[in-house]
Amino acid sequence: MHNKTNLLIAGLLSSTFIASVALAAGTHPTTGEALADDQTFTYRILDEHSSVDPQVVEDVSGAEIVRDLFEGLMNQDRDGNLVPGVATGFTTNDTNDVYTFTLRDTAKWSNGDPVLASDFVYGWKRAVDPELSSPYSWFMELMSIENAAAIIAGDKPVDDLGVTAVDDHTLEVRLSAPLPYFPQMTTHATTFPAPQKVIEAHGDAWTKPENMVSNGAYILTEHLPQERSVRERNTMYWDNENTIVDKVVALVINDENVALTRYMAGELDRTEVPAGQFPRLQQENPAEAISFPRLCNYYYTFNLSEDGPEAFKDPRVRQALSLAVDRKIITEKILAGGQPEAYTFAPEATAGFTVPQVEMSAMTQAERDSLAKELLAEAGYGPDNPLSFNMIYNTSESHKKIAVALGQMWKQKLGVQTDLGNLEWKVFLDTRGNQDFDLARGAWCGDYNEASTFLDLLQSDSGYNDGKFQNDRVDELLAAAKISANTAELYTEVEQILAQESPVIPIYHYAGVYMMDSDVGNWPVDNVEQNWYSKDLYKIAE
Amino acid sequence: MIAFIIRRLLVAIPTILILIVASFFLMHFAPGGPFTSERPLPPQVLANIEARYGLDQPLWKQLYDYLFNIIVHFDFGPSFKFKDRDVNDIIAQGFPISFTYGSLSFLAATVVGVSLGIAAAIRHNTWIDYFAVGLGIAAQALPNFIMGPILILTFTLWLGLLPGGGWNGGQWPYLIMPVIALSTSYMGSIARITRSSMLEVLNSNFIRTAHAKGLPTRTVIWRHALKPTLLPVVSYLGPVFVYVLTGSVFVDIYFSTGGLGQAYVGSALSRDYAVLLGVTILYGTLTVVVNLLTDLAYAWFDPKIRY
Repeated sequence: MHNKTNLLIAGLLSSTFIASVALAAGTHPTTGEALADDQTFTYRILDEHSSVDPQVVEDVSGAEIVRDLFEGLMNQDRDGNLVPGVATGFTTNDTNDVYTFTLRDTAKWSNGDPVLASDFVYGWKRAVDPELSSPYSWFMELMSIENAAAIIAGDKPVDDLGVTAVDDHTLEVRLSAPLPYFPQMTTHATTFPAPQKVIEAHGDAWTKPENMVSNGAYILTEHLPQERSVRERNTMYWDNENTIVDKVVALVINDENVALTRYMAGELDRTEVPAGQFPRLQQENPAEAISFPRLCNYYYTFNLSEDGPEAFKDPRVRQALSLAVDRKIITEKILAGGQPEAYTFAPEATAGFTVPQVEMSAMTQAERDSLAKELLAEAGYGPDNPLSFNMIYNTSESHKKIAVALGQMWKQKLGVQTDLGNLEWKVFLDTRGNQDFDLARGAWCGDYNEASTFLDLLQSDSGYNDGKFQNDRVDELLAAAKISANTAELYTEVEQILAQESPVIPIYHYAGVYMMDSDVGNWPVDNVEQNWYSKDLYKIAE
Repeated sequence: MIAFIIRRLLVAIPTILILIVASFFLMHFAPGGPFTSERPLPPQVLANIEARYGLDQPLWKQLYDYLFNIIVHFDFGPSFKFKDRDVNDIIAQGFPISFTYGSLSFLAATVVGVSLGIAAAIRHNTWIDYFAVGLGIAAQALPNFIMGPILILTFTLWLGLLPGGGWNGGQWPYLIMPVIALSTSYMGSIARITRSSMLEVLNSNFIRTAHAKGLPTRTVIWRHALKPTLLPVVSYLGPVFVYVLTGSVFVDIYFSTGGLGQAYVGSALSRDYAVLLGVTILYGTLTVVVNLLTDLAYAWFDPKIRY
C-alpha cells in the first residue's frame, strides 16, 4: 500500500513536471503552438458588474467573472457540451427526478479547504433564502428543485430544499418534476458552491478581494469599481497545472467606440463591434473581426391584451406586418454583423432544436409583400381605412435604426402609419410590462440551451409574456415538452402556430460580433451561450 | 464676516434638507423601480428584495429612516445595484477621482485662461491679442465631448503616447487627457472674460491716475489692475468649480476613470435610489460650500463689498 502511494505520488509529480516543462518551454501541450510569455487576457465590459457573489450576481459580465472565480458541478466545453466541473459525473433514478452528483476529491477552495457537497448545499439554500433575497432565486424554482418555490415564498423553511450532502463527495438533488435538461442548468452561476465560513465571517464584504475565498481557476486580486477587476491563477485549483492564462483583466468601458479605439491601440484583447462597423473591420482585419451565432432573439411583440389595439386582434393584420418586414435589409444593411434573419422565435443555434420550415421563410420578399397587402386588405385596412399604431423601443442607436426601418417598410409597402416612441430603459420596461403600448421591441437570451427558454415566453401565464398572447394548444405543447424526452415535434408545432398566429414579429437572431486579438487561442465561438472560461484560453506568441 | 458665514451655513441646512426631500420624492415618482428588469421577478422574490431594502415601508417612513441614518450614523445606506457595496463606499471611491482631475482641470483652466486674458489685454490689438482671442474662441468651441474623441484618436491611436482610458491610481499618463478635455472649454471662457474685464479696468480713471503718478506699468497692472479685473472672473469660477467636479459625467464615461459622474449616471439609469440621493446630497452640499467660498473671495478682492 505504501509503495503504491509512493508510486502514485511519483506519477503525479512527474506528470505535473512534464506539463510544467511543456508550458515553461512556451508551447501549448495539445496544439504545440508557441505560447506568449505574457499570459494576460484583457477584455472590455460594458458596465460595472452587479456582484461577484454567485448567488447574487445577475448580469452577464458579472457571471463571466464568477465562472472564473467559482466552479459549479458541471462546466461547458468550447461547443457548449457539458463537461465535468467539481462533479466528475451524475446519475439519475428511474423517474428522472433525483440526480446524484459525485464530487471530485481534489477540488479545493483557494484557502486550501476541500470543496465538499455541503458547500453546494449551503450555496443552493442561500440562493432560495428569502433573507438573502437573491434576484436569481427564480432560477432555482425554474430548476424544479423540491420545495424551492415554497421556500422563496416564505411558506417553508430553507432546510426543506431538495438538496442533500449524502457524504462529503456525494450530492443528491430531488426535483418536483423530471427535468431532462437539469444538468445543463448546473453551469449557471446561481448553482455554484459558497464558502460558508467566509461569508459568515465577513458578511456582504466577503466578495472583496482581501476577503474572498473561491474554488475556481482564478482568484479575485483587484477590484476598482467602474474601472477594472483583475483575477489571477488560483494555485489551489485542481486543474491549475493545465491552466495557461495567468491573469484576466476586465476593463469597464461604457462607450463601445472608445473600446474599439482602445482595442486598436492594443490595450484590449477583445471588444464588441459597434453596429454597422463589422464589414469595414472585417476587410481591414480579417483575422480579428469575428462573428458567430448567439442564443438570443430580437423581435417585436403585439399587445394582444384587452387594452391592445382592435386591429391587432386580427391575425391577418399581424401576419401582414410580419411578412412586410424585409429582414435582409435589417441584418445586412443596418446591423451588418452576420446576424441570421429570424422567421421563428427560437434561434437555429438552440441545442436539439431544428428550425421548422415555416411558410414565410420559403417565400421571396416580393411574395411576402404581395401576401401582406392581400391579408391587410382582407382585414379591412387600406387607403380608405389606414392602419396606424404606435411602436416603442428603448434608447439605443441600433434599436432606433431598426424601428425607423420597420416604420418605413410598412409605410411604403402597406400604407401603414407608425408613431415611434423612444423610451428610457426602465420606463420602457414599465410601459411594456403594463401593456401600455401597441407594438414593442423585445429580445431574449437563453438562460440555458434548450428551446423552452424562448418558447416559454409565449406561454399564457408566463410573467415575461408582455404581449399577453394566449393559445391553449401552445400551452399544452409546452407543458408536454417539460416532461418529454423527445421535444422536436412539440416545438415544431409551437413554431408553426406562432407563424400562423404571429403574436410576435421575429426580426433576427443575435450574433457575437467581436474584435478578438488573433493571439487569443481557443475562444469558444461554437458555444452559443458564450459561457467561456479563461482557464481554457491561451495567448499565442506573436 | 463670521456672522455672515454662520448665517449662510444656517441657511444651507434647510436648503440641503429641501434638496433631499424633493429628490427623494422625484425619484420615487419616476417610472420604473430599482428592481424593474427585463426578466420580471416573481412577486414573492420582488417582495423579499423590497423588504430587504425597506422599500415595502410607506414613503414617509422610508424618508424618515433615510434622514435618521444620515444624521445619526452618517450612513447613506446600501446600493441597490451593487450588492456588496454601500453608498459611502461608492462616494469614497469615486469622489477622490473626480476631485483630482476636476481640481487639476480647474487649475489648468484658470491659470492658462487668466494668463491668456491678461496677455491679450495688455498687448491689445497686437498679434498676442489676436492669438489669445483666437485660441480662446477655439477652446470654447471644443467642449469635452468633442475634445474626448480628438484626444483619444490623436494621443492613443495615432501617436500611441497615452493610454486610452482608465485611472490606474491617478498616474500622470492617465490624467493628461481627462484634464485637457475638461479644462479646454472653460479655459477659453476664462480667457475671454479676463481679457474684456482687464481692458475695462485699464481704461478706468484710477489706472490713468496710477500711470500719471509715474508708477511702472508692471506695478500698475499687478498692484492696481489685477484685483478688480478678477472680480467677474471669480464670479464665473465659483460655478465652474462645481461644474468641473459634478459635470464630469462625460469625461468619466469617455475615459473610464471610475469617477463619481459615471456612478451618478449609472444610478439614475438603474434607479439606484440610495446612490442617486447620496451623490445628489454631495453635489448639493458642494454647491452651497463653493458659493460661500466665492462670496468670501469676492469680499477679499473688493473690500468695499460688505455682507
